[in-house]
Amino acid sequence: MKPAPFDYVAADSLDGALEELARGAGDALVLAGGQTLMPLLALRMATPSVLVDINRIPELAGVRRLDGSTRIGAMTRQAQIRVDPVVARHVGPLAMATGFVGHHQTRNRGTLGGSVSLADPAAEYPATSLALGAQIEVRSMAGGVREIDADDFFLGPYTTALEPGEMVTALRYPDWPEGTVFVVDEVAPRPGDFAFVGLVFILAVKGGIVSRSGITWFSMGGKPMRSMQAEATIWGEAVDGVDWAAVAELAVSETDPIDDIHATAHYRRTVGKHLFQRVVATALAKRGAQ
Amino acid sequence: MSRHEITVKVNGEAVSATVEARRTLVDFLREDAGRTGSHAGCEHGVCGACTVMVDGVAVRSCLMLAVQADGAEVTTVEGLADETGKLHPVQQVLREEHGLQCGFCTPGVVMTLAALTAQQPPPSEEMLRDALSGHLCRCTGYQGMLRAARRLARGDIGKATA
Repeated sequence: MKPAPFDYVAADSLDGALEELARGAGDALVLAGGQTLMPLLALRMATPSVLVDINRIPELAGVRRLDGSTRIGAMTRQAQIRVDPVVARHVGPLAMATGFVGHHQTRNRGTLGGSVSLADPAAEYPATSLALGAQIEVRSMAGGVREIDADDFFLGPYTTALEPGEMVTALRYPDWPEGTVFVVDEVAPRPGDFAFVGLVFILAVKGGIVSRSGITWFSMGGKPMRSMQAEATIWGEAVDGVDWAAVAELAVSETDPIDDIHATAHYRRTVGKHLFQRVVATALAKRGAQ
Repeated sequence: MSRHEITVKVNGEAVSATVEARRTLVDFLREDAGRTGSHAGCEHGVCGACTVMVDGVAVRSCLMLAVQADGAEVTTVEGLADETGKLHPVQQVLREEHGLQCGFCTPGVVMTLAALTAQQPPPSEEMLRDALSGHLCRCTGYQGMLRAARRLARGDIGKATA
Protein backbone atom coordinates (compact mmCIF):
# COMPACT_ATOMS: atom_id res chain seq x y z
CA MET A 1 0.00 0.00 0.00
CA LYS A 2 0.96 3.64 -0.26
CA PRO A 3 1.06 6.01 2.72
CA ALA A 4 -1.90 8.31 3.33
CA PRO A 5 -1.16 11.97 2.49
CA PHE A 6 0.89 14.04 4.94
CA ASP A 7 3.01 17.18 5.00
CA TYR A 8 6.78 16.91 5.24
CA VAL A 9 9.29 19.25 6.83
CA ALA A 10 13.04 18.67 6.94
CA ALA A 11 14.37 20.37 10.07
CA ASP A 12 17.94 21.67 9.88
CA SER A 13 18.38 22.16 13.63
CA LEU A 14 17.15 20.56 16.82
CA ASP A 15 15.26 23.73 17.80
CA GLY A 16 13.68 23.79 14.35
CA ALA A 17 12.53 20.19 14.75
CA LEU A 18 11.06 20.89 18.20
CA GLU A 19 9.21 23.94 16.83
CA GLU A 20 7.69 21.87 14.05
CA LEU A 21 6.69 19.16 16.52
CA ALA A 22 5.05 21.75 18.78
CA ARG A 23 3.21 23.22 15.79
CA GLY A 24 2.04 19.71 14.84
CA ALA A 25 0.11 19.65 18.14
CA GLY A 26 0.45 15.94 18.80
CA ASP A 27 -0.37 14.93 15.23
CA ALA A 28 3.21 15.28 13.98
CA LEU A 29 5.64 12.38 13.92
CA VAL A 30 9.42 12.43 13.84
CA LEU A 31 11.00 10.72 10.83
CA ALA A 32 14.39 9.31 11.79
CA GLY A 33 15.70 6.27 9.86
CA GLY A 34 12.18 5.34 8.77
CA GLN A 35 12.75 1.60 9.02
CA THR A 36 9.88 1.14 11.47
CA LEU A 37 7.84 4.24 10.68
CA MET A 38 7.75 3.88 6.88
CA PRO A 39 6.16 0.40 7.08
CA LEU A 40 3.64 1.77 9.59
CA LEU A 41 2.81 4.55 7.12
CA ALA A 42 2.61 2.16 4.16
CA LEU A 43 0.24 -0.10 6.11
CA ARG A 44 -1.67 3.01 7.26
CA MET A 45 -1.24 2.00 10.87
CA ALA A 46 0.17 5.52 11.31
CA THR A 47 -1.51 8.50 9.63
CA PRO A 48 0.22 11.66 10.90
CA SER A 49 -0.63 15.08 9.49
CA VAL A 50 3.03 16.05 9.30
CA LEU A 51 6.39 14.28 9.31
CA VAL A 52 9.35 16.13 10.79
CA ASP A 53 12.51 14.75 9.21
CA ILE A 54 15.54 14.91 11.54
CA ASN A 55 18.04 13.29 9.14
CA ARG A 56 19.67 16.62 8.32
CA ILE A 57 20.59 17.50 11.92
CA PRO A 58 24.19 16.29 12.39
CA GLU A 59 24.32 16.99 16.15
CA LEU A 60 21.74 14.26 16.79
CA ALA A 61 24.10 11.47 15.72
CA GLY A 62 27.23 10.17 17.37
CA VAL A 63 28.67 8.25 20.30
CA ARG A 64 30.30 10.10 23.18
CA ARG A 65 31.85 9.05 26.48
CA LEU A 66 30.68 10.92 29.57
CA ASP A 67 31.89 10.38 33.13
CA GLY A 68 30.61 6.89 33.95
CA SER A 69 28.29 6.49 31.00
CA THR A 70 28.07 6.45 27.21
CA ARG A 71 25.77 8.82 25.37
CA ILE A 72 24.49 7.76 21.95
CA GLY A 73 22.63 10.31 19.83
CA ALA A 74 19.14 9.35 18.67
CA MET A 75 20.05 9.57 14.97
CA THR A 76 23.04 7.24 15.29
CA ARG A 77 22.52 4.58 12.64
CA GLN A 78 22.36 0.92 13.61
CA ALA A 79 25.14 0.13 11.11
CA GLN A 80 27.44 2.43 13.08
CA ILE A 81 26.42 1.08 16.48
CA ARG A 82 27.27 -2.41 15.27
CA VAL A 83 30.91 -1.51 14.57
CA ASP A 84 31.57 1.46 16.87
CA PRO A 85 34.59 0.72 19.13
CA VAL A 86 33.26 2.83 22.03
CA VAL A 87 29.94 0.98 21.96
CA ALA A 88 31.77 -2.36 21.77
CA ARG A 89 33.92 -1.43 24.75
CA HIS A 90 31.30 0.13 27.04
CA VAL A 91 27.84 -0.89 25.81
CA GLY A 92 28.54 -4.40 24.52
CA PRO A 93 24.99 -5.75 24.76
CA LEU A 94 23.78 -3.00 22.41
CA ALA A 95 26.38 -3.93 19.80
CA MET A 96 25.46 -7.60 20.16
CA ALA A 97 21.73 -6.84 19.85
CA THR A 98 22.35 -4.89 16.65
CA GLY A 99 23.26 -8.08 14.80
CA PHE A 100 19.62 -9.12 15.23
CA VAL A 101 18.07 -5.76 14.25
CA GLY A 102 16.55 -6.08 10.77
CA HIS A 103 18.98 -6.61 7.92
CA HIS A 104 22.13 -5.01 6.56
CA GLN A 105 20.05 -2.81 4.26
CA THR A 106 17.70 -1.56 7.00
CA ARG A 107 20.54 -1.07 9.51
CA ASN A 108 22.13 1.34 7.03
CA ARG A 109 19.26 3.75 7.73
CA GLY A 110 17.61 2.57 10.94
CA THR A 111 18.52 4.48 14.11
CA LEU A 112 18.73 3.83 17.85
CA GLY A 113 16.34 6.65 18.73
CA GLY A 114 13.79 5.61 16.15
CA SER A 115 13.64 2.04 17.38
CA VAL A 116 13.35 3.14 21.01
CA SER A 117 10.73 5.84 20.31
CA LEU A 118 8.45 3.57 18.31
CA ALA A 119 8.75 0.75 20.87
CA ASP A 120 7.79 -2.24 18.79
CA PRO A 121 7.36 -5.06 21.35
CA ALA A 122 9.51 -7.33 19.16
CA ALA A 123 12.37 -4.83 18.83
CA GLU A 124 15.80 -5.58 20.29
CA TYR A 125 16.92 -2.06 21.30
CA PRO A 126 14.10 -1.28 23.78
CA ALA A 127 14.68 -4.54 25.70
CA THR A 128 18.45 -4.11 25.62
CA SER A 129 18.18 -0.50 26.83
CA LEU A 130 15.89 -1.66 29.63
CA ALA A 131 18.31 -4.40 30.72
CA LEU A 132 21.23 -1.94 30.73
CA GLY A 133 19.33 0.61 32.85
CA ALA A 134 19.48 3.30 30.17
CA GLN A 135 18.34 6.88 30.63
CA ILE A 136 16.34 8.23 27.71
CA GLU A 137 16.94 11.91 26.98
CA VAL A 138 13.89 13.66 25.55
CA ARG A 139 13.29 17.27 24.57
CA SER A 140 10.38 19.53 23.70
CA MET A 141 9.82 23.22 23.05
CA ALA A 142 7.65 23.63 26.13
CA GLY A 143 9.38 21.31 28.59
CA GLY A 144 13.05 21.60 27.69
CA VAL A 145 15.10 18.50 28.39
CA ARG A 146 14.38 15.59 30.74
CA GLU A 147 15.74 12.09 31.25
CA ILE A 148 13.38 9.16 31.63
CA ASP A 149 14.37 5.82 33.16
CA ALA A 150 14.00 3.00 30.64
CA ASP A 151 11.87 1.32 33.36
CA ASP A 152 9.34 4.16 33.09
CA PHE A 153 9.57 4.75 29.34
CA PHE A 154 8.01 1.70 27.69
CA LEU A 155 4.29 1.50 28.41
CA GLY A 156 2.83 -0.86 25.79
CA PRO A 157 2.84 -1.74 22.09
CA TYR A 158 4.17 1.33 20.23
CA THR A 159 3.39 3.33 23.37
CA THR A 160 5.93 5.25 25.43
CA ALA A 161 6.08 7.97 28.06
CA LEU A 162 6.81 10.58 25.36
CA GLU A 163 4.44 13.53 25.64
CA PRO A 164 3.04 15.27 22.54
CA GLY A 165 5.74 17.54 21.16
CA GLU A 166 8.56 15.57 22.77
CA MET A 167 11.22 13.65 20.91
CA VAL A 168 14.05 11.34 21.95
CA THR A 169 17.39 13.07 21.41
CA ALA A 170 19.82 10.54 22.95
CA LEU A 171 20.19 7.51 25.15
CA ARG A 172 22.64 7.39 28.02
CA TYR A 173 23.97 4.01 29.12
CA PRO A 174 25.56 3.94 32.61
CA ASP A 175 28.68 1.78 32.84
CA TRP A 176 28.46 -1.71 34.28
CA PRO A 177 31.32 -3.10 36.40
CA GLU A 178 34.46 -4.41 34.73
CA GLY A 179 34.07 -8.10 33.81
CA THR A 180 30.30 -7.97 33.27
CA VAL A 181 29.19 -10.70 30.86
CA PHE A 182 26.17 -10.59 28.61
CA VAL A 183 24.35 -12.43 25.86
CA VAL A 184 21.57 -11.23 23.56
CA ASP A 185 19.86 -14.01 21.64
CA GLU A 186 16.58 -14.72 19.95
CA VAL A 187 14.62 -17.42 18.17
CA ALA A 188 13.26 -16.22 14.84
CA PRO A 189 11.96 -18.06 11.78
CA ARG A 190 14.69 -16.52 9.59
CA PRO A 191 17.61 -14.17 10.40
CA GLY A 192 16.36 -10.60 10.60
CA ASP A 193 12.70 -11.53 11.05
CA PHE A 194 10.75 -10.51 14.11
CA ALA A 195 11.69 -12.90 16.90
CA PHE A 196 9.25 -15.40 18.40
CA VAL A 197 11.19 -15.00 21.66
CA GLY A 198 14.17 -12.83 22.50
CA LEU A 199 16.27 -12.43 25.65
CA VAL A 200 18.84 -9.99 26.97
CA PHE A 201 20.91 -11.31 29.88
CA ILE A 202 23.56 -9.21 31.62
CA LEU A 203 25.43 -10.45 34.68
CA ALA A 204 27.91 -8.72 36.97
CA VAL A 205 29.75 -10.89 39.49
CA LYS A 206 32.01 -9.69 42.28
CA GLY A 207 34.07 -12.22 44.24
CA GLY A 208 31.88 -15.07 42.98
CA ILE A 209 28.68 -13.30 44.11
CA VAL A 210 26.07 -11.89 41.73
CA SER A 211 26.24 -8.13 42.28
CA ARG A 212 23.82 -7.04 39.56
CA SER A 213 21.90 -8.44 36.63
CA GLY A 214 19.64 -7.27 33.83
CA ILE A 215 17.13 -9.79 32.46
CA THR A 216 14.72 -8.57 29.81
CA TRP A 217 12.66 -10.13 27.04
CA PHE A 218 11.30 -8.98 23.70
CA SER A 219 8.35 -10.44 21.79
CA MET A 220 7.21 -11.75 25.18
CA GLY A 221 4.53 -9.16 25.95
CA GLY A 222 3.18 -5.82 24.81
CA LYS A 223 6.41 -4.07 25.75
CA PRO A 224 9.94 -5.12 26.65
CA MET A 225 9.48 -7.27 29.76
CA ARG A 226 11.89 -7.13 32.68
CA SER A 227 12.13 -10.18 34.96
CA MET A 228 12.67 -8.26 38.19
CA GLN A 229 11.91 -11.18 40.49
CA ALA A 230 14.47 -13.31 38.70
CA GLU A 231 17.02 -10.50 39.04
CA ALA A 232 16.20 -10.19 42.77
CA THR A 233 16.45 -13.96 43.32
CA ILE A 234 20.00 -14.23 42.03
CA TRP A 235 21.25 -11.01 43.62
CA GLY A 236 23.76 -11.75 46.39
CA GLU A 237 23.91 -15.47 45.52
CA ALA A 238 27.08 -17.38 44.73
CA VAL A 239 27.05 -17.56 40.95
CA ASP A 240 28.11 -21.21 40.96
CA GLY A 241 25.26 -22.22 43.27
CA VAL A 242 22.32 -20.74 41.36
CA ASP A 243 19.61 -23.17 40.23
CA TRP A 244 19.31 -21.70 36.73
CA ALA A 245 16.47 -24.00 35.68
CA ALA A 246 14.37 -22.57 38.51
CA VAL A 247 15.41 -19.02 37.58
CA ALA A 248 14.38 -19.73 33.98
CA GLU A 249 10.90 -20.78 35.19
CA LEU A 250 10.61 -17.66 37.33
CA ALA A 251 11.89 -15.33 34.61
CA VAL A 252 9.43 -16.69 32.05
CA SER A 253 6.57 -16.42 34.57
CA GLU A 254 7.17 -12.65 34.59
CA THR A 255 6.40 -12.35 30.87
CA ASP A 256 3.05 -11.97 29.15
CA PRO A 257 3.29 -13.35 25.61
CA ILE A 258 0.35 -13.50 23.23
CA ASP A 259 -0.96 -16.02 20.70
CA ASP A 260 -0.56 -14.73 17.18
CA ILE A 261 -0.18 -16.02 13.65
CA HIS A 262 3.52 -16.74 14.24
CA ALA A 263 3.47 -18.63 17.54
CA THR A 264 1.30 -19.40 20.55
CA ALA A 265 1.97 -17.97 23.99
CA HIS A 266 2.58 -21.53 25.19
CA TYR A 267 5.21 -22.02 22.50
CA ARG A 268 6.92 -18.74 23.38
CA ARG A 269 7.06 -19.65 27.09
CA THR A 270 8.37 -23.14 26.37
CA VAL A 271 11.02 -21.91 23.96
CA GLY A 272 11.75 -19.00 26.32
CA LYS A 273 12.82 -21.38 29.09
CA HIS A 274 15.18 -23.21 26.75
CA LEU A 275 16.51 -19.94 25.36
CA PHE A 276 17.13 -18.73 28.90
CA GLN A 277 19.18 -21.78 29.81
CA ARG A 278 21.15 -21.57 26.56
CA VAL A 279 21.86 -17.88 27.08
CA VAL A 280 22.94 -18.36 30.70
CA ALA A 281 25.27 -21.21 29.71
CA THR A 282 26.84 -19.02 27.04
CA ALA A 283 27.22 -16.09 29.44
CA LEU A 284 28.81 -18.27 32.14
CA ALA A 285 31.20 -19.73 29.57
CA LYS A 286 32.22 -16.18 28.63
CA ARG A 287 32.84 -15.51 32.30
CA GLY A 288 34.99 -18.60 32.57
CA ALA A 289 36.99 -17.45 29.56
CA GLN A 290 37.89 -14.12 31.18
CA MET B 1 -0.34 17.53 1.69
CA SER B 2 2.93 19.23 0.81
CA ARG B 3 4.62 18.97 -2.58
CA HIS B 4 8.33 19.32 -3.08
CA GLU B 5 10.69 20.17 -5.92
CA ILE B 6 13.52 17.70 -5.83
CA THR B 7 16.57 16.86 -7.89
CA VAL B 8 18.15 13.46 -7.48
CA LYS B 9 21.21 12.24 -9.32
CA VAL B 10 20.13 8.88 -10.72
CA ASN B 11 22.99 6.86 -12.22
CA GLY B 12 24.91 10.09 -12.74
CA GLU B 13 22.06 11.96 -14.42
CA ALA B 14 20.16 14.72 -12.59
CA VAL B 15 16.42 14.00 -12.49
CA SER B 16 14.07 16.74 -11.27
CA ALA B 17 10.44 16.35 -10.35
CA THR B 18 7.73 17.79 -8.14
CA VAL B 19 6.64 15.05 -5.77
CA GLU B 20 4.06 14.59 -3.06
CA ALA B 21 5.61 14.22 0.38
CA ARG B 22 4.37 10.64 0.56
CA ARG B 23 6.08 9.58 -2.69
CA THR B 24 8.54 6.81 -1.87
CA LEU B 25 11.96 6.75 -3.47
CA VAL B 26 11.14 3.55 -5.38
CA ASP B 27 8.02 5.12 -6.88
CA PHE B 28 10.03 8.21 -7.81
CA LEU B 29 12.63 6.04 -9.54
CA ARG B 30 10.03 4.01 -11.43
CA GLU B 31 7.37 6.63 -12.19
CA ASP B 32 9.23 9.94 -12.33
CA ALA B 33 12.71 8.87 -13.41
CA GLY B 34 11.52 6.02 -15.65
CA ARG B 35 14.02 3.56 -14.17
CA THR B 36 11.86 0.49 -13.69
CA GLY B 37 14.76 -1.80 -12.83
CA SER B 38 14.13 -1.28 -9.11
CA HIS B 39 11.16 -3.48 -8.26
CA ALA B 40 8.43 -2.57 -5.81
CA GLY B 41 7.54 -5.84 -4.11
CA CYS B 42 6.10 -5.70 -0.61
CA GLU B 43 6.39 -1.91 -0.28
CA HIS B 44 7.00 -2.17 3.46
CA GLY B 45 10.62 -3.12 3.78
CA VAL B 46 10.46 -6.89 3.96
CA CYS B 47 11.34 -8.30 0.54
CA GLY B 48 14.38 -6.26 -0.53
CA ALA B 49 13.51 -6.13 -4.26
CA CYS B 50 13.65 -2.32 -4.25
CA THR B 51 17.18 -2.10 -2.79
CA VAL B 52 19.27 0.67 -4.38
CA MET B 53 22.42 2.54 -3.41
CA VAL B 54 21.94 5.98 -1.88
CA ASP B 55 25.28 7.77 -1.64
CA GLY B 56 26.97 4.40 -2.06
CA VAL B 57 25.08 2.54 0.66
CA ALA B 58 22.48 -0.21 0.07
CA VAL B 59 19.05 0.83 1.34
CA ARG B 60 15.42 -0.11 0.78
CA SER B 61 13.99 2.50 -1.58
CA CYS B 62 10.44 1.78 -0.36
CA LEU B 63 11.48 2.85 3.15
CA MET B 64 12.76 6.24 2.11
CA LEU B 65 10.76 9.19 0.85
CA ALA B 66 11.73 10.65 -2.51
CA VAL B 67 11.97 14.08 -0.89
CA GLN B 68 14.60 12.70 1.50
CA ALA B 69 16.78 11.81 -1.49
CA ASP B 70 16.85 15.43 -2.71
CA GLY B 71 20.49 16.14 -3.55
CA ALA B 72 21.58 12.52 -3.13
CA GLU B 73 23.29 10.22 -5.60
CA VAL B 74 21.22 7.13 -6.28
CA THR B 75 22.48 4.11 -8.18
CA THR B 76 19.97 1.61 -9.53
CA VAL B 77 20.57 -1.68 -11.31
CA GLU B 78 20.51 0.22 -14.63
CA GLY B 79 23.61 2.10 -13.54
CA LEU B 80 25.95 -0.89 -13.16
CA ALA B 81 26.70 -2.28 -16.61
CA ASP B 82 28.87 -0.02 -18.79
CA GLU B 83 27.59 1.65 -21.96
CA THR B 84 28.73 -1.26 -24.14
CA GLY B 85 26.55 -3.60 -22.10
CA LYS B 86 29.45 -5.25 -20.30
CA LEU B 87 28.04 -6.55 -17.04
CA HIS B 88 29.18 -5.42 -13.61
CA PRO B 89 31.20 -8.20 -11.88
CA VAL B 90 28.30 -8.88 -9.51
CA GLN B 91 25.91 -9.31 -12.42
CA GLN B 92 28.41 -11.48 -14.28
CA VAL B 93 29.00 -13.79 -11.33
CA LEU B 94 25.28 -14.11 -10.57
CA ARG B 95 24.71 -15.02 -14.19
CA GLU B 96 27.48 -17.63 -14.23
CA GLU B 97 26.33 -19.19 -10.96
CA HIS B 98 22.61 -19.21 -11.86
CA GLY B 99 21.91 -16.84 -8.97
CA LEU B 100 18.51 -15.90 -10.37
CA GLN B 101 15.48 -17.47 -11.94
CA CYS B 102 12.39 -15.28 -12.44
CA GLY B 103 14.45 -12.16 -11.78
CA PHE B 104 12.00 -10.21 -9.64
CA CYS B 105 14.22 -10.05 -6.56
CA THR B 106 17.44 -9.82 -8.57
CA PRO B 107 17.87 -6.04 -8.93
CA GLY B 108 17.85 -5.73 -5.14
CA VAL B 109 20.27 -8.61 -4.67
CA VAL B 110 22.62 -7.11 -7.25
CA MET B 111 22.59 -3.70 -5.56
CA THR B 112 23.30 -5.13 -2.11
CA LEU B 113 26.24 -7.19 -3.39
CA ALA B 114 27.52 -4.31 -5.53
CA ALA B 115 27.44 -1.88 -2.58
CA LEU B 116 29.24 -4.32 -0.29
CA THR B 117 31.90 -5.40 -2.77
CA ALA B 118 32.75 -1.75 -3.46
CA GLN B 119 33.74 -1.37 0.22
CA GLN B 120 37.26 -1.47 1.55
CA PRO B 121 38.31 -3.81 2.99
CA PRO B 122 36.37 -6.28 0.82
CA PRO B 123 33.55 -8.07 2.66
CA SER B 124 33.90 -11.60 3.98
CA GLU B 125 31.68 -14.40 2.74
CA GLU B 126 29.91 -14.24 6.11
CA MET B 127 29.06 -10.56 5.61
CA LEU B 128 27.72 -11.23 2.13
CA ARG B 129 25.67 -14.16 3.44
CA ASP B 130 24.26 -12.01 6.23
CA ALA B 131 23.36 -9.25 3.76
CA LEU B 132 21.63 -11.72 1.43
CA SER B 133 19.26 -12.58 4.29
CA GLY B 134 17.71 -9.17 3.57
CA HIS B 135 16.30 -10.44 0.27
CA LEU B 136 13.38 -12.76 -0.31
CA CYS B 137 13.79 -15.06 -3.31
CA ARG B 138 10.99 -17.51 -4.00
CA CYS B 139 12.66 -19.31 -6.92
CA THR B 140 16.26 -20.23 -6.39
CA GLY B 141 16.71 -21.47 -2.86
CA TYR B 142 19.65 -19.04 -2.68
CA GLN B 143 22.34 -21.62 -3.53
CA GLY B 144 23.41 -19.86 -6.72
CA MET B 145 23.50 -16.52 -4.93
CA LEU B 146 25.65 -18.02 -2.19
CA ARG B 147 28.07 -19.46 -4.75
CA ALA B 148 28.25 -16.02 -6.34
CA ALA B 149 28.83 -14.42 -2.93
CA ARG B 150 31.61 -16.89 -2.21
CA ARG B 151 33.34 -16.03 -5.47
CA LEU B 152 32.93 -12.31 -4.86
CA ALA B 153 34.42 -12.68 -1.37
CA ARG B 154 37.54 -14.34 -2.72
CA GLY B 155 37.78 -12.00 -5.68
CA ASP B 156 37.22 -14.85 -8.14
CA ILE B 157 35.48 -12.82 -10.82
CA GLY B 158 37.97 -13.15 -13.63
CA LYS B 159 36.08 -15.65 -15.75
CA ALA B 160 35.67 -14.32 -19.28
CA THR B 161 32.21 -13.25 -20.40
CA ALA B 162 30.62 -16.14 -22.25
